[in-house]
Amino acid sequence: MNFLPVILWSDALVFLLLAVIVAVAVHVRERPHLRLPWQRVARSSVAMVSMLVLSCFLVIGLLDTLHYRVALPQTDAGEKVYSPEVLSVFDKLVEPLRAHTEKTYSAPFALHLYAKESLEDAQSHVVRDYPRLRYGGAHLADVSQRTADVAKRAAAGTFAGALVGLLLAWSLRRHLKQRAVQVTLVALAALCGALVNLATVYHVLGTDKVGQDVLYLSLKSIRTGLVIGTLTTLVTLPLALFLGVAAGYFRGWVDDVIQYVYTVLSSIPSVLLIAAAVLIMQVTIDTHPEWFETSAARADLRLVALCLILGLTSWTGLCRLLRGETLKLREMEYIQAAQAFGVSSMRILSRHIMPNVMHIILIALVMDFSALVLAEAVLSYVGVGVDPSMISFGTMINAARLEMGREPVVWWALASAFVFMLVLVLAANLFADAVRDAFDPRMNRTEGAA
Amino acid sequence: MKKLLKVDGLLTRLQGGAPIVDGVSFDIAGGETFALLGESGCGKSMTALSLMRLLPDGVVHAGGEARLGEVALFGLPEREMRDVRGGRMAMIFQEPGLSLNPVMTVGAQIAEVLALHKGMREEAALSRCVGLLAQVGIPDAARRVQEYPFQMSGGMKQRVMIAMALAGEPELLIADEPTTALDVTIQAQVLQLLRETQEKSGMAMLLITHDLGVVAENAHRVGVMYAGQIVEQATRERLFAAPLHPYTQKLFAALPDARRSGQPLSAIPGSVPPLGSSVQGCRFAPRCDRAWALCHTQSPAWKVVDGQGVRCHLYAGSESRVPGTDSPSPPSPLPQAGEGNTVPGTLRSTLLQVEDLKVHFPIRKGILQRVVGQVKAVDAVSLSIPQGRTLALVGESGCGKTTLGKALLGLHPPTAGSVCVEGEPRGGDDRRRGSMQMVFQDPYASLNPKMRVAEILEEGMAALHIGDDSAARQAQIDGLLDKVGLARDSKWRYPHEFSGGQRQRIAIARALAVSPGLLICDEPTSALDVSVQAQILNLLKSLQEEMGLGYLFITHNLAVVEYLAHEVCVMYLGRIVERGPTAEVMRAPKHPYTQALLSAVPRIDGAGREYVRLQGELPSPADPPAGCHFAPRCPQVMPVCARRFPPMTSAGSTSHDVCCHLYPVVPN
Repeated sequence: MNFLPVILWSDALVFLLLAVIVAVAVHVRERPHLRLPWQRVARSSVAMVSMLVLSCFLVIGLLDTLHYRVALPQTDAGEKVYSPEVLSVFDKLVEPLRAHTEKTYSAPFALHLYAKESLEDAQSHVVRDYPRLRYGGAHLADVSQRTADVAKRAAAGTFAGALVGLLLAWSLRRHLKQRAVQVTLVALAALCGALVNLATVYHVLGTDKVGQDVLYLSLKSIRTGLVIGTLTTLVTLPLALFLGVAAGYFRGWVDDVIQYVYTVLSSIPSVLLIAAAVLIMQVTIDTHPEWFETSAARADLRLVALCLILGLTSWTGLCRLLRGETLKLREMEYIQAAQAFGVSSMRILSRHIMPNVMHIILIALVMDFSALVLAEAVLSYVGVGVDPSMISFGTMINAARLEMGREPVVWWALASAFVFMLVLVLAANLFADAVRDAFDPRMNRTEGAA
Repeated sequence: MKKLLKVDGLLTRLQGGAPIVDGVSFDIAGGETFALLGESGCGKSMTALSLMRLLPDGVVHAGGEARLGEVALFGLPEREMRDVRGGRMAMIFQEPGLSLNPVMTVGAQIAEVLALHKGMREEAALSRCVGLLAQVGIPDAARRVQEYPFQMSGGMKQRVMIAMALAGEPELLIADEPTTALDVTIQAQVLQLLRETQEKSGMAMLLITHDLGVVAENAHRVGVMYAGQIVEQATRERLFAAPLHPYTQKLFAALPDARRSGQPLSAIPGSVPPLGSSVQGCRFAPRCDRAWALCHTQSPAWKVVDGQGVRCHLYAGSESRVPGTDSPSPPSPLPQAGEGNTVPGTLRSTLLQVEDLKVHFPIRKGILQRVVGQVKAVDAVSLSIPQGRTLALVGESGCGKTTLGKALLGLHPPTAGSVCVEGEPRGGDDRRRGSMQMVFQDPYASLNPKMRVAEILEEGMAALHIGDDSAARQAQIDGLLDKVGLARDSKWRYPHEFSGGQRQRIAIARALAVSPGLLICDEPTSALDVSVQAQILNLLKSLQEEMGLGYLFITHNLAVVEYLAHEVCVMYLGRIVERGPTAEVMRAPKHPYTQALLSAVPRIDGAGREYVRLQGELPSPADPPAGCHFAPRCPQVMPVCARRFPPMTSAGSTSHDVCCHLYPVVPN
């Protein structure tokens, strides 16, 4: 075996989350009354279109979660030595994007660098000019052919992609009935086709300060965003669920204590709290370099710790919501019937109350997701977010901010981070809206009557 | 008489779906009350909303005509329709608490209507508001006009709603279940107000109700609705004398009352088909015991028999079938419930003995949460129930009857007094929990929607360690489902798949799962339709005969009491004011409150009873009146009543007791 699978902390947690989701899906599948709202989601074309877009992000994120280290050719006393660089399956798939690094900035589809350098021309004169890029459009002998070449490649890629998309849409026509979904599928496939065809030879979104392809950075940022958005909920959920339901059900001093805790917690400015916690964590990590084999492991732990800190500061909203709902539920007659049988409190909580607040949890989680992705960007921008070596929307924006004053302006890094984040959050929000509507009994009254 | 409203073939359907109101035609003359009678889900309210053109989203008007005077309602543009709404026809709704805006004074809400339809503003509007409030019988109207809805009681709010409806001086008033949310004594007040208003103003009224008693006392003509169609239409006298349609006949037969107390009620099997389901043939055929092949294939046509319209194949052909031939035979004079059983009451062992039970809730105020008062929800109540007997606990809402039931179960800790079950004091011991169980009011709220029937039934058994293992319990569950008349395979289904009546059967099975001796039934049928109520009452009765259960039956429905109970206790503001055998209390009530309560119930044989009208409403149990609690509302109040609470004295027979100064203690 010439590679070593690496499971970072965040990978393990993502796999755990995935397992939980699969288990829940299996559970829901068997129960018609739980399946019903999801069937409603499946019927809504907005939900399905946003789900399709989201799933593209998810696939990229998941591929980027499968990490490994490549074996180096040399051996150390018969033992294999692995490269200190941790790669992911996604890195391997987009190898050209990762490997094609230029010297510094270059605009999208550019053939030349963004900064002038001293060059020797054919007559060995030293001239100040924009040098050709090492990879971007290197196959073109003549600079003037660029527009035609881009158009040709884009057309070919779009055509091939659309063809694959149509084939997919046709083979899945039983499951994806809505026209809008089929159109989106074809459009996405065409876009991917064009991108793949162009990105191998051009820097479609330009390069950044150290010459890395911006498209690659944007794609890598997706995983960071998704991990923050989902793993944080792993921390929030048990806290909010247990404390909220317990406060609502037991009332009395339990309620008082929990209420005081979350009231105090939510009155501390959250950025301040997060910044303090992140700085403490950073110092701890920096003083213990021996804990980490690779720099990726260190950056990853910092990401997980950030999730933890975000989680610990953001459970109060959901907790309050669940407490309110439980206050309502505990007066329901089926709870009183259970009390009359002498059923234990823990059993009432787990069998009667929790299943009946699940829809709120689901809606809150989907809604929180986009807020967390945005929070990461803000925190990284402030400098208390993820490790600077980790690619994320926040670090991209932070790096791009310094170049906004240049003339002509370096706009592409910021723009692509903006567009990717917008699409991700918009898709998540639209999906959350559709989920909320599907679970809202008031919106589905007429259906019940029909 | 000139017809004011003419509705012809009104058709309302779900968007792209089945009809909800299917070809409804009727007319109303000025000064006349037309009642739409039917069970829930029959399309009564949808008919009214169609006429107002206020249909909810997803429901559309799909055909038919309606004329108010000369105006075709469905041809009007929305702008002109707005003048008709509230101006020429007004509507009052079921829930007075929800139909008033809580952040506006009632005066402002009425003034809104006046400004819109009468062009009145400021001074003129204010004085008109006061006038309207006085007209609907609100005392001290000049002050009340500045009050907010939360400062008023339910009856008051409904009066305000009526005042608001009258503000536009409508020609037609649509009253959608105007008294369903109110207590009987308040209901009597509101209905009388409606009748008086109609006499004065000569407006037409469309009264929507499910209560046969309300129809009998208020309507001039009646349309009986079933599954979106009017199946019978006649004058009130004719309908009550000789109902033609099998559904109407069944509806009458399903009403519980004293004369039927020995025999099972003739319940209509099944339940009303869900709104918007399409059925071939007669809508009622699946539940009709006189249906034949034709009924299932062909929808019957509207047929007028001697001015009485009916939609039934029985009357389609010749007139030879005499209407009402097999209407339920007049019940034979059966032994009264109290004496009906051969076992004398004294030989029965006492199942439940309650002595001086008090449940007080402290009122806390201030930062230190000091107790500043007590809500005396249940105040020194004593009662006993022998095995296999039914004790009914009657009273208006807020009198503490539900609290009493829950305190017996241990859901509220009692403040004082003792509860003995089967001779042993009730404590925290789990084993004793099984001896007493409760059936709740709302079958939709009393079953956890996320649990299957088998899980619901097993929960109590598991908690009380009944049955050795799951398999043994499952066998028991099968038996329980048989007992309450549900199919065995229904145990793997979820509650939402069942209708209201079936859910109540599940709730009963859940209570029976731990084999209790006593069932506390808290208004078990008040959320159900009349025809389904009869099924549940029959079930309760047969279970009592079969298993010797004792029932504590908490209700406000006096007809059910007469039918089911052996003994009755009347509660007022946390205390029992009268108790005795059902027949005696119902026939000859002693306490003025019981008399008022009984007289307020609308009856289908309406004539020949006099109202004892009660003033005002139930006072707050946090601050009960001094002396006899009923004194401020009592028509026969004496000076002594305000001074001290009367002791329980015997009235007439040995077991009939009453708490009233009218019946002084007789020295033995």
